[in-house]
Parts: sequence; C-alpha cells; structure tokens
Amino acid sequence: MSSLLLIEQALNGLQFGVMLFLIAAGLTLIFGVMGLINLAHGSLYMVGAFAAAGVSALTGSFLLALVASLAAAAMAGVVIEMTVIRRLYDRDHLDQVLATFALILIFSEGTRYLFGSFPLFLDKPEWLSGTVTLPLGIEYSLYRLTLIGVGLALAAGLFWMIARTRVGIRIRAGENDREMIGALGVNISRLYTLVFALGAALAGFAGALVGAIQSVQIGMGEPVLILAFVVIVIGGIGSIKGAFIGAILVGLTDTLGRFLLPQLFALFMNPSEATSVGSSLASMSIYLLMAGVLLFRPKGLFGEA
Amino acid sequence: MTDPVLDVRGISKSFGGLKASDAIDLDLRPGEIHALIGPNGAGKSTLIAQIAGGLAPDSGAVHFAGRDVTALSTAARARLGLARTFQISMLAMEYTVLQNAMLGALGHRGGVFRFVRSVMRDHDLVARAEAALEQVGLQDFRAFRTAELSHGQRRQLEVAVALTLDPKAFVMDEPMAGLGAEGSQQLVGVLDRLRQQAPILLVEHDMDAVFALADRISVLVYGRIIASGTVEDIRNDPEVRRAYLGEEA
Amino acid sequence: MKRETLLNAAILLLLLALPLWASVADEPFLITLTTRAVILAIAGIGLNFALGFGGLVSLGHAAFFGLGGYAMGILAFHAQNYTPMMEWPLLIEGTKSMPVIWLVAIVTGALAALVIGALSLRTAGVYFIMITLAFGQMFYYFAISWPAYGGEDGLSIYVRNSFPGLNTMDPIQFFAVCYAVLLIVLFGTWRAARSPFGLMLGAARQNPDRVQAVGQVPYRLYLTAFTISGAITGLAGALFADLNRFVSPSMLSWQTSGEIMVFVILGGVGRVFGPVAGAALFILLEHTLGGLSEFWHIYLGAILLGVVLFAKGGLYGLIAGREVAHD
Repeated sequence: MSSLLLIEQALNGLQFGVMLFLIAAGLTLIFGVMGLINLAHGSLYMVGAFAAAGVSALTGSFLLALVASLAAAAMAGVVIEMTVIRRLYDRDHLDQVLATFALILIFSEGTRYLFGSFPLFLDKPEWLSGTVTLPLGIEYSLYRLTLIGVGLALAAGLFWMIARTRVGIRIRAGENDREMIGALGVNISRLYTLVFALGAALAGFAGALVGAIQSVQIGMGEPVLILAFVVIVIGGIGSIKGAFIGAILVGLTDTLGRFLLPQLFALFMNPSEATSVGSSLASMSIYLLMAGVLLFRPKGLFGEA
Repeated sequence: MTDPVLDVRGISKSFGGLKASDAIDLDLRPGEIHALIGPNGAGKSTLIAQIAGGLAPDSGAVHFAGRDVTALSTAARARLGLARTFQISMLAMEYTVLQNAMLGALGHRGGVFRFVRSVMRDHDLVARAEAALEQVGLQDFRAFRTAELSHGQRRQLEVAVALTLDPKAFVMDEPMAGLGAEGSQQLVGVLDRLRQQAPILLVEHDMDAVFALADRISVLVYGRIIASGTVEDIRNDPEVRRAYLGEEA
Repeated sequence: MKRETLLNAAILLLLLALPLWASVADEPFLITLTTRAVILAIAGIGLNFALGFGGLVSLGHAAFFGLGGYAMGILAFHAQNYTPMMEWPLLIEGTKSMPVIWLVAIVTGALAALVIGALSLRTAGVYFIMITLAFGQMFYYFAISWPAYGGEDGLSIYVRNSFPGLNTMDPIQFFAVCYAVLLIVLFGTWRAARSPFGLMLGAARQNPDRVQAVGQVPYRLYLTAFTISGAITGLAGALFADLNRFVSPSMLSWQTSGEIMVFVILGGVGRVFGPVAGAALFILLEHTLGGLSEFWHIYLGAILLGVVLFAKGGLYGLIAGREVAHD
C-alpha cells in the first residue's frame, strides 16, 4: 500500500514538474534570446487561468477555456512586449526587475478590479474526471495523468521546434549572437515579440491547466514564478533541456519531500512533532536542493561553465 | 645577466582544437621594455590572461619575483607587484581621476575593510595617488570625473593606477590603442622613463612605439613565438617579415 | 551637491516636524504613519547598502526584514508568556528590552545574509536576482509551516517592548526612538560610503576587474556589503514588528522585498539619503492614492514604471541632478 502511495506521489511530482516546465521554458527562452528577466511571467500564468475560468463560466466548455487561456496570455504578452518590455532589452537587470515588478502590481490589481478578490473555480470537464487504473492496480486521477501527457507532449514539441524549425534556428542564433541575426536580415523585433508571446502562451496555458485543480486567484502566479526561478537556477539559464530536468527534479523533490519527510521523522519523534518538523523541512527542500546545486555547479546543471 | 623578474616557461593553452598558446617561453628582465607583437588572433590576449591571472594554462608555469604564481589569482599576483593595464580602459568611470588612483594605492597598501574614517583624509594614500598622477602628467585633472577624460587621458590614468601598486613589473595590453599621434608620443615618453622603475612587458600594435621603446621584441604568431631579439634582429628576420610585417604593410 | 544637502536636511526636518506637530494637534495616526516611514527608510538604507553601493540586485531582503521581525516576536513572546526559549544546553530567556532585541535582530540579519550571500554571490547577474528571491521565499514558507510561532497567523505582542527611561507605548516617544536609530544608521552609512571600504566597494560595482587588478577580491567586498545590508534590514524589521506589535510571514514575502526595493528606487539608488526620501514618498503615495482608490497599486505600478523608464535616478535624480556625488 505504501509503495503504491509512493508511486502515486511520484506521479503527482511528475505532474507538478511538467507544469513548472511550461513556465520555466518561457522564462528561460526569454532570457536566453532577449537577455530579459521577466518577473511578470507569473502574471501571464494568472491571466491564462482567469481567462479560462471566465470563458468556462460563460460557455461551460473546457476546451474553449483552454483556447481562451492561450489567446489571452499570448495577447497580454504581445501588448506588454510592445509597450513596456521592448524598452527594457538594453537596460540593466535592475531596471528590468523594477519595471516587471510594476507590471505585476498592475496585472494583479487590474485582475482584482475586473474579477473581484474572491477566488474563481475552474471545473475540470466531465470527460476528464474520475480515475484510471494503471498497471500494478494503481488508481490515478485521469485529469492529472492528462496533464502529464499534455505537458510532455508540449515539451517534445518545444524541443522539436527549437531543433528543427526556422523559428527555432533563429531563436538559437539569437541566443548565440544578437547582432548576428540582425545582420542576417531577420526582423529582430518581430522575433522578440514572437518569442515573448510564445513564452506567455505557455505560461497562460499552464495557468489554465493547473487552475482546474487549484483555485484561480490573484497572486497565484508569483509563487509559481519563484519556483520556476529555482528550476532555472538548477537547470542552468537559457537551457531548455536544463529547464526540463530542473522542473522534474523540483516537482519530485517538493512532492515527495512533503510526503516522505514527516514519515521519516515519525520514526524517532512523536507524530505531531514529526508532522510539523517534517513539513517545515519539506517546505525548504527545493531551496536546499538549489543551494546544493549552487555549491557544486554555480551555473546550474546544464549552464555554460 | 640578472635574473628575470617575470619568467614564462613552456606555457600551452588550447581551446577545443585551437592552440592559443603553444609552448611559449618569455621573460622580462630588470630595466627593460620587452615588446610582444603579433597579428590579430595570434593569442596575445590569451597569453596576457595567463600571465596576469584569470586564465590557467594547460601546462607550463609562470614565475614572478622568484616564485611560481601559476596557481595564484589575479588579485594575489597584483599584490605581489604585477601591475597590469587593460586594452579597454578598466576604470571606475563614475569616480574622479584621483579616486581611481586611490584605488590602486589602497589596494596595494591593504586595510580595505575599514568603515569609518574617510579615505580621502588618508594623507599617505592621497600623496601616493597624487605622485602617480604627476608621473603621467594628470595632476591637473585630479578632480575630473573619469568619464569626462579623453581617451588618451584614460590611458594615462590606467598607467597611473598601475604605478600606485608599487610594481615590480608592468604588463601593458595595447596602451597606445586608439591614441592619436600626439597622445602616443606623450605616452611613449612616460613609458620610456618608467622602465627604470620596473620593467614592462608591452603588447602593442603601434610599431612606431614598439621600435622607439623596446629593448627586445618577441613575435607571436598562431600561439607560437616565432622570433625574439633586438629591434634590429626583428626588423631583419625574414620569417617575421613574411608572417607579420609583410601582412601589416 | 549643494541641492542634495538641502534636500537631505529638508526631508529629515519634515520627518521630525510632522510628528511633533501631530503630537501637539493630537493626531496619533499621523505619528504612526511617520514612524512607519522612518522604519521603512531604515530597511531601504539596508538594501541600498547592497544594491546602491555594491550593485547587488537582491530580491530577497524580505528575509532579513522578516527575520528581524521574528527575532523581536519570538523574544517578546517568550518573555510575555514566561517560558524560556531554550533550556538546554543553556537557558535562554525571552526579553522585552528593545536594545537586546535590536542586537539579536542585527546578528540574525547579518548571519542570514552571510549564509545567503556566500551561496548566491558565487553567481552574478540574473542568477543572483533569482537566487536571492528564492531564498527569501524559503524563509516565507518555513515561517508558514512552522507552527510553534503562530505559523500563517503570526505572533502578536501585547505590549510594545521597553526602552530604558521611555514609555514606548506613547507614539511620539516610540517615534523618537526610531528617528534616533535612523539618524545613527544614516550617519554610519554616510561614513562607510566614504571609507576605504566604500571606495573599493563602489569600484567593485563599477568594474570588478579593476578591483582584482589592484590586488583585491570583489567577492569579499560584496559579501561584506551584503552582510551589513542584512544587519541593517534586520534591525528595521525588529522596529517594524514593534511598531505593529505583530509579526507574520507577510513580512517575509516577496512583495516585501519588492516594496523595499521600490523605496530605494523612488528615492534614488546609491544615494545615502535616497531610501529616506523614497520611503517617505511611498508612505505618502500609499496614504493619498490608497484614500482615492481601493486599487491604488495600479497607480503605484504606473508611477514605478514611469520612474524606471523615464526618470532614472528617482526623486534625488530629479531634484539634485543625475550624477551621484562621490566626495
């Protein structure tokens, strides 16, 4: 029983990890290509979730809600890229941090103005609720399993896009040498807007997918954003592969830590103390993981040394 | 013959398949200016980085002031008296000229971790910084912000900062780069007087300056020293003429 | 330079005159508001030490601010409940004495900054920003999940802590304490900025290679600055918790880090008095805009965006000129 539970928790960790990847991938791409640190990336995640919740409430269709999340986040991305972000590429990191922090304030408060302070609920569709039976007789939530599948498919698609398509080649060229692609006649500012919109859409999509298992609320984006930062620090900045490995590592460490650490401490402590010590330590586990990586590989697992 | 102050022994460094330094031997003796010349991409910057610190050679050793400094950091080598000037001006642009010179004097003396007394009231340090500025002819610009200086003046300031380190040797990376005829001439005068204070390893593209200053010249091509000798030797060396001077002309 | 000095004096005078007048006019709320500005100014000065002088863009200063707050909360909590903090290996009792609490907050902030700094300064640039933000968040989650000191709900203190010879429950007397601390911190920072350390640290910010070339190690300079910065911010945190007689995980949240950074930017990065002006301005905005609209953060965001995009240098940059004076 306990090992079945463990497998279920590991699947939860994997699900958490692939969703983190969708956010981290956009962040790391945007940094890799444009050299921009975007704190407002979490806001785009929130925009996606709210758009989905809104459309779902109006139409009752989950698929339309997902489409709305993609469209709204991509559009928000294009708008802020063209009005604000674009002016930041040549600025130092401090300016980027401050301006995107200002964007968070505007997004959060603007969303509160439109939707109110109360959390919204986005129901997962009928056809994705319930459980499936996996090999070994494991009962697992169909929706979460779908998230894993969708996340992995998107990751594969992203890898393919960067490795094989023309846009991908330009993105890689942009990462290596910004002036170079300008000299090759690529319209840089359009490429930048495109990359930003792509990152935004991924984040918004993740927001909608996760929104169906958690509540949709103001400020939901920033804790996820910070986790995505941890992912990037572990994986190495600018590396999609690093973002993927980092995201899975963080997802598993966090989920399994919360599950295992209290049990571990229960071996030599009384139950209530073990729960409190175990869960407080579990809440720190991914940051300790990050600290460990920093000690041995300051540029992350897949960063350029 | 006196012992060399700086002695580079058999340094090699590769980047992937490219040999940027190939078994380089080079030394610097008291009182001399030893010029290192070579076409672009010959590996001069790589060599400088291995001598001044920041890049570790794959093999070989750097000896300075009688000890092996190969494993030491840039900062540790600087504290031993290896003063370096940079190809691109590496100055604190927001600071005044005097403050930049103070950095050298302070870095050399130590006692950086003091938090209360104003550093500009430290008369000993100020005196040292001012003496260095005077030596390069910048004394009238001491209160100017470094960002306001002309390119040539920044070059002079680089040298002044190096001077405050009370150096046993200078390593100068293209100090004449970007200077007009007048600026070059002025700096040539400064360097010429400087060699008595400490010998100079001079990496330079400006051949007039090199021929005017150098006691010895070494020619670096594709990571190898292809010739080394006096100005006359180098002028007449057929290999150098073919590999280097021919190209330049 | 002259205008900057005038502005410094004007801000300090204003911060002093306002609560004095409020005390006479019997407007205790105004005193509390000014006290808040004074304490936040101290936090901003702390961050400015790393950010302005050392160029270290830390988004994790809420950790030090919150730890200072919890240092106060935990010590006072044990004192008011008459339970020892620790019995073994040595007996440690809580305390209600402000000077002792301040000392503990300073040491806690410094130690946390030393450890976080030692790790995060192994990197630079964007990594540093993300790592400091992440470590800050770690303390936040820890405080939420650790039930002994209130967890998510935080800790309340019944009576404000004591300072010898003063009645700290009297708003104007507590204000006086905070104002005095501000003056001391300002004086110390002003001296440090002109000291040998300040000179070399500024050079490390502008050009780390230059610092190495004169025989010094930038990492040590950065780490020292970061530690001092954490100590000052920790002290501010203890005062802030004392002002509210309450400490909660929200002091440790990333929003707090962001807000402290906003004070520094609104005032002017790298100026000794910048954070004081910035904190005062922030409180003013919060009070006036907050009175106009429930959604005042939108306006704050717009103002911040405007400052970043068009008015770099903040208030000081606008009034005293863009260049930071250095002697």
